[in-house]
Amino acid sequence: MNYGQSFRLALKSLATSKMRSILTMLGIIIGVASVIVILALGNGVQGMIDEQVSKLGINTIVTYTWGRGDGSTMDLDPEDMYRLVEEHPDVLSGVSPYVSFQTVIRKGDQKLEKTNLYGVSEVMFNNHSQSTIDGGETLEQGRFLSYLDVERRQPVCVIGAYLAQELFNDDPLGQTLSIDGQSYTVIGVLKQIQENMQEGSSDDQLYLPYENALEIMGARNVTLYMFTSTSGATAGAAKAVIDRYLYDYFQDPDAYYIQTMEEQANMINAMMGVAIGVLVAIAAISLLVGGIGIMNIMLVSVTERTREIGIRKSLGAKRKDIRRQFVIEAGTTSAIGGLLGIGLGYLLAMGVGSILGASLSAQMNGATFSATPTPGSVLISFSVSVGIGILFGYLPANKAAKLNPIDALRYD
Amino acid sequence: MEHLIELKQVYKIYQMGEETVHALDGVDIAIDQGEFVAIVGSSGSGKSTAMNIIGCLDVPTSGSYHLGGVDVSTMDDDQQAEIRNKMLGFIFQQYNLIPKLTVLENVELPLLYAGLPSDERRRRALGALERVGLAEKQKNLPSQLSGGQQQRVSIARALAGSPSVILADEPTGALDSRTGREVLGFLKKLNREGDTVVLITHDNSIAVRADRIIRLQDGKIIYDGDARDPHAVVQPEQAGEEDEL
Repeated sequence: MNYGQSFRLALKSLATSKMRSILTMLGIIIGVASVIVILALGNGVQGMIDEQVSKLGINTIVTYTWGRGDGSTMDLDPEDMYRLVEEHPDVLSGVSPYVSFQTVIRKGDQKLEKTNLYGVSEVMFNNHSQSTIDGGETLEQGRFLSYLDVERRQPVCVIGAYLAQELFNDDPLGQTLSIDGQSYTVIGVLKQIQENMQEGSSDDQLYLPYENALEIMGARNVTLYMFTSTSGATAGAAKAVIDRYLYDYFQDPDAYYIQTMEEQANMINAMMGVAIGVLVAIAAISLLVGGIGIMNIMLVSVTERTREIGIRKSLGAKRKDIRRQFVIEAGTTSAIGGLLGIGLGYLLAMGVGSILGASLSAQMNGATFSATPTPGSVLISFSVSVGIGILFGYLPANKAAKLNPIDALRYD
Repeated sequence: MEHLIELKQVYKIYQMGEETVHALDGVDIAIDQGEFVAIVGSSGSGKSTAMNIIGCLDVPTSGSYHLGGVDVSTMDDDQQAEIRNKMLGFIFQQYNLIPKLTVLENVELPLLYAGLPSDERRRRALGALERVGLAEKQKNLPSQLSGGQQQRVSIARALAGSPSVILADEPTGALDSRTGREVLGFLKKLNREGDTVVLITHDNSIAVRADRIIRLQDGKIIYDGDARDPHAVVQPEQAGEEDEL
């Protein structure tokens, strides 16, 4: 019926007072733009995590064993873990004990005090992806620890880029450094992770055979193990095998904790989801404020156009005709605001995304980050903004619809 | 025969603070198809109230109003709107065109609310504009036309829906006397072509152009008859208030 005309009228009145229209739409524009940006960035981060997980291989299973709380902890021998892997070749492909602590590294009279030491096995390095199974770190030069290195407790180590730069002027292979009075030969160097390296940072690190690490640390048992399953698909079954073993061992489900990489990623994603949800909710307040702005202007517009409403009523417009006209006008205003907001959001997401992407990408070993708004989020923002216009336009429209035609006709 | 417009013992009573105002005080009016009637009276005589009730913009406090045989005195807002749309064509003193709409769109409005398809609206609106000789101005905005032309557009709008009654409320009030005469001539022409015209005015010189005059004073009819009868323009209690409006 008169949808087309109402729509054209709405566009016309928006065009005749541009400044007012822009100000009216501002709340919606800002609200929609922020929702789009937040969702796009969240999407980018989530994509990055997923990429990282699939690169690392979703076959990593992290197992913490801290024993029973009453102090009657029985030591879990790494040999038991190795045996477990051997007994289940269908689901488990390897295990690396994981011992981490900070210690002092010396070379000549040089001394570094905050270096992170990781005692691991050769399983820690995935030969297929050529990266570590927990952080996806890759080698710059040399090789990673081998089975024999670990088995024979060889005094060898793989060092982070910071150590290579600080102690060896970037030519470290075959040279030695000293940990706790023992000399270790550098067999490999890891790629630089962070843009700005400093003492104690991720690049200030060193991998060595786990039994050597236990000795330096003065500890007897390993509490953290990195298992690998035969594939991503068997990760669940592998977890069950480990779980059965550890439950038999400790007789207490609280004495240990097993998490597959996929579960870990899901957990991070869930946390991200909550954070994004909160941010979107805050941004949505702006949409609400925008809706109130539209309502305000529509109320003014109804008053200004009282005479027009009177004329229309005298010509036979029913309440629903008048109501529809103003609701469509409010909806059109917020829809255009929504479209502008989507455009602005896109631009902002691209801008912020490329800045943020560069630094995130450097920290996440070159994972790609793209902050592109999903079609779903665009569609939802658009519908929400139209919905808000209609919702907040209803009250003024109803006021207009109920005007008495005689009074409205006499109104100046 | 049934009258087209029939008001029986119509009262309209307003409560203004302590005071009760009888805007219409037991009025009987019967108008037949094809008549040209002027409802005359000074300010406060009740003619505007009569026009609102005849125009289905208001309902009487008591009494009945039949329009085309239908009792419209107890209708609600939307029912009245439908009656206005189908049976009445309004011509106002201030033309009351919508400034943002083109001439054609203005004339199409009653047809729009009648729910006609767009090509039908267009055809009928153009026909009405042709009757008032303004078809070539269809794309203009009202503000681009002279006062007389705007009033002719509003006549075209009143005609577009082929109403049973054309209700003209002081149609010449905002025009100079020459243009005013033209507009009156136009209403007369419509009447000759068969339309029923009800003219509301305070001005005797305009009222006499109708065939019949109904004179109101203090909410009562004090004359109802031939416009050529000298009594039609005699005002028993004339006290110069005539020129006030």
